[in-house]
Amino acid sequence: MVGVFPSNICLITLESIVISNIPRSRTDLFLSFTWLGLQGFGGVLAVVQREIVDRKQWMTLSEFAEEWALAQTLPGPNVVNLSVMFGSKHFGPMGALAAMSGLLVFPGLLMLAIVFTFQAFAHLPLVASALHGMGVAAAGMVMAAGWRFWPMLKHHPIGWPLALLLMVASFGLAALVHWPLAKVIGVVGLVSCSLTWWRLQAKDDA
Amino acid sequence: MTWPLWLELHLHFCMLSLLAVGGALAIVPEMHRYLVNELQLLSETAFSQSVTLSQIAPGPNILLVAVMGWNIGLQAAGGFETGTVAVVAGLLMALGLLIAAVLPSSLLSYFMGKWLQLHQHARGVRAFKAGMVPLVMGLMLSAGWLLQTASNPTMDWRLLLICAASMLIVLFTRVHLLWLMLGGAVLGAALGL
Repeated sequence: MVGVFPSNICLITLESIVISNIPRSRTDLFLSFTWLGLQGFGGVLAVVQREIVDRKQWMTLSEFAEEWALAQTLPGPNVVNLSVMFGSKHFGPMGALAAMSGLLVFPGLLMLAIVFTFQAFAHLPLVASALHGMGVAAAGMVMAAGWRFWPMLKHHPIGWPLALLLMVASFGLAALVHWPLAKVIGVVGLVSCSLTWWRLQAKDDA
Repeated sequence: MTWPLWLELHLHFCMLSLLAVGGALAIVPEMHRYLVNELQLLSETAFSQSVTLSQIAPGPNILLVAVMGWNIGLQAAGGFETGTVAVVAGLLMALGLLIAAVLPSSLLSYFMGKWLQLHQHARGVRAFKAGMVPLVMGLMLSAGWLLQTASNPTMDWRLLLICAASMLIVLFTRVHLLWLMLGGAVLGAALGL
């Protein structure tokens, strides 16, 4: 029957347009996310956007922004969450597994190889000194990553003074008092989310 | 390492996976508290090395859990001197803890992704998203602070200066992170810090 109806030609063209913009297989997913993982230093957001939106065009920019917001809302590593949601959308559970393991397997092995190499020389005073210097440089990078939330804090629904207070409280409880994370989330998180909910309700009603 | 401890360790990381709102860096303070202070499975040096080295290799930040696992396994088996046994123990612990840290949150994403997409504008979801921001920011700043103190226990002012400079460079320039790490390494080695 195939080819009898002229409309088939149209169907095939449409199909090929769609197919060119989705991952071809689980292997394709695995390899693409491996490549993505191997490029991400510090933050992976920029790399994900460049690879998935600009180069592969598997998602539009607005789809990506939405998926990324979802991945950030859920607990767990954001980019891993994104890979799970993206993989499962195209190939179900195995797709999720393929995308996720692409992100973790080879980058993980490479990371352990680097750690192994460094540790083999860690007893040398020069390497130990270099590691101290790198440690504090990395600490500065992590603090900068935290500081990037400042604009969100400044325009927080509960107002910046209260948001800042909650931020300082969670810093103090985690870094200085050494509270377990579950307790910090249970206290500061609950207070913060409840206050935010209450403010949002007032705003929605207004 | 005893079996109950092994099990407890993995279950704790499963729980952390579900508490990791804001990603891997947000659970660094908790990993420090649990692994260094409470169980003493990692020394301050091993903790600082794990986080630092995970930053010079590419890949998602959650891989630092694998590096911590590697160090825990290695130390539990008696260190590098024990040879192959230690390497195998390190690799198994790296794999085990990484799976514990990503599996629960991935399952949640798998089953909750669609639901969340439908309800993303619900007040409860918006309140959760915005409400967690001050907490995540505080946790990430404490992750940085704990890494600083672990790498610089004597509070050497030159190391503090490198830390501050690195933070400012990240915030105000577009210098690649690897150059910053290299800069820190060269300064650290040259000054014998």
